[in-house]
Amino acid sequence: MIETLLQGLLLGGLYCLFALGQSLMFGVMRLTNTAQGDFIVLAAFAAIVALTGVAAIGTVGAASLITVGVLLLPVSFGFGYALQRFVLNGTLGRDPLPSLVVTFGLSIVIQNLLLETFSADPRSIGTEGLNTASLALPGGLAVGVLPVLIFALAIAATAALQWLFGHSALGRSFRAVSDDREIAELMGLDAKKVYALATGIAFVLIAIAGVLQAMRTTVSPADGPALLLFAFEAVIIGGMGSFWGTFAGALLLGVTQQIGFRIDPGWGIWLGHIVFLAVLVVRPQGLFPKTRE
Amino acid sequence: MSAGMNTPSVPMDSRTTTGAAPGLRVVRGTRANRVALGVGLLLVAGAATLPLWAPAEHASSWMREFVEIACYFVFAMMWNLLAGYGGMVSIGQQAFFGIGGYTMLALGNFAGVNPFIAVPLGACAAALIAIPVSFVAFRLAGGYFAIGTWVIADVFRLGFANISAVGGGSGTSLTALRGIDKATREIATYGMAVACVVAAVALVYLFLRSKRGLALLAIRDNAVAAESQGIDVRGMKLAVYVVAAFGGGLAGALYFVGNLRISPDAAFSVNWTAFAIFMVVIGGIGKIEGPIVGALIFWALNKYFSDYGTWYLLGLGLLAIVVTIFFKQGIWGFLQQRYGWSLFPTQRRLLPQAKPRLD
Repeated sequence: MIETLLQGLLLGGLYCLFALGQSLMFGVMRLTNTAQGDFIVLAAFAAIVALTGVAAIGTVGAASLITVGVLLLPVSFGFGYALQRFVLNGTLGRDPLPSLVVTFGLSIVIQNLLLETFSADPRSIGTEGLNTASLALPGGLAVGVLPVLIFALAIAATAALQWLFGHSALGRSFRAVSDDREIAELMGLDAKKVYALATGIAFVLIAIAGVLQAMRTTVSPADGPALLLFAFEAVIIGGMGSFWGTFAGALLLGVTQQIGFRIDPGWGIWLGHIVFLAVLVVRPQGLFPKTRE
Repeated sequence: MSAGMNTPSVPMDSRTTTGAAPGLRVVRGTRANRVALGVGLLLVAGAATLPLWAPAEHASSWMREFVEIACYFVFAMMWNLLAGYGGMVSIGQQAFFGIGGYTMLALGNFAGVNPFIAVPLGACAAALIAIPVSFVAFRLAGGYFAIGTWVIADVFRLGFANISAVGGGSGTSLTALRGIDKATREIATYGMAVACVVAAVALVYLFLRSKRGLALLAIRDNAVAAESQGIDVRGMKLAVYVVAAFGGGLAGALYFVGNLRISPDAAFSVNWTAFAIFMVVIGGIGKIEGPIVGALIFWALNKYFSDYGTWYLLGLGLLAIVVTIFFKQGIWGFLQQRYGWSLFPTQRRLLPQAKPRLD
């Protein structure tokens, strides 16, 4: 039982990384990115291609993984910034339809582009045994080294994002445009630029999530929608506008799924959905809401 | 108060011209609308008699093609009602498509109900299930509603995938139609598809022209203002959600009577909603003509380009993005704005009494 719980918490760490970007975009501009999961998969494939390229030059191992990881982050930031600036900003407004259709269309485009380029085979990033290494804990328990690292990264990313949102000048502008766009603009903020910065940061988180997902298990072009649903559930369970809430929501989802898998492999994800819907009925504002909706 | 007592009250129902202020009358019909009604009736008559006039070597494949596009169309029509008129953008309508299909199959295979009679029953089941589902889905609004409904559809997909009586994840066949020969089955399915298309258009059109339809348009334009005028916003949204679920279930039940085989991944595939969104957005959202135009375009694209597989789907996705950003009103919206066409007029227009103009 303790092992299931532990596995669930570690799985939740990964879900937290899936969800943080979504949480940030929800919080700053109420934008529902339907292609969140597909961008995670896209980032994973980008990393796989880059690693293949680096391996062809001759460098191998952890050094190349770190190089690619570090390179991927600014590229993702630029991609997210440009996407928001030139495409998504035009779809924002009272009517949720345009942004939903555009991101949903992007999701279909990404899935089919990946399918055409890489076929439907699942792929992964080689970690030289890191993904099978485990730590022995007292009581005969063992946990994987990689999941523990991912969990630590999730805590670090959540703390960093919460600090950025609450204590930095950029975070202040995020909160300002989130609370009242018109007034923030009167005060001299360029809301479109602020939105683009938020999406840029969200895409850095998406890239991290994609690389870790491909290291921990595999990715295939059709995986996106499932990842989107997990990310969404974590954000809503946790409550809007609170990153620690998203973290808690992701852990609850991970533990629930793991318990479900333990009972019957066919019901794990189903049980996660049910707990999400139950939270929605009992506490629609989420566990730790911060912003008004 | 006393001043107000003497002024003539304006009746709520403006179907009659007497309700309008003096010198004005309310007009809804257009010339295009009367022409369209005639052409529409001719088309329906032509479609209904297809088995009589179609060349024998084509009749079977034409009917199959019609049944398939009819399912897409009915489903898109209902998505348009929900999103375009009800303001509820859902990515989870495939839940009702699948429920309609599975209910029809279960009634046919296990309860001995004639599958053709089970088709409307499948639609009723979808409508019934929509009531408790709405209780959960309505906790969310806007973009969150869209993904929340997707989660709900996934709950049904995973649920049916775990029921071994209907074949679990790999699905099962509609064995109830075994005794009926192919020709009879095809004609019956085809007749049903024609009836469903006519019923879907009529249902949505009459609903929107009714007093409830007027209330719905008021809610779409401004929910708070509509509520202040005494409209039961929540009740109206529920009504639309249930009607859309009924239509979605009808499309699903019809599709799987024609297809004879069902599986959770096919029945609850998000692609159903994706194609509906595509048709509605391309044709023009919030207009009855929209899904009709969209379905025709989708049919043509599907016929000539679906062999390209992934590139075809990629193109559909791109087209939806481009239309949403640059031509928000879709094809019919453009025509309506440019030429004032309206085949299914649901707005009430005020015209001067003295100089009647019908177009």
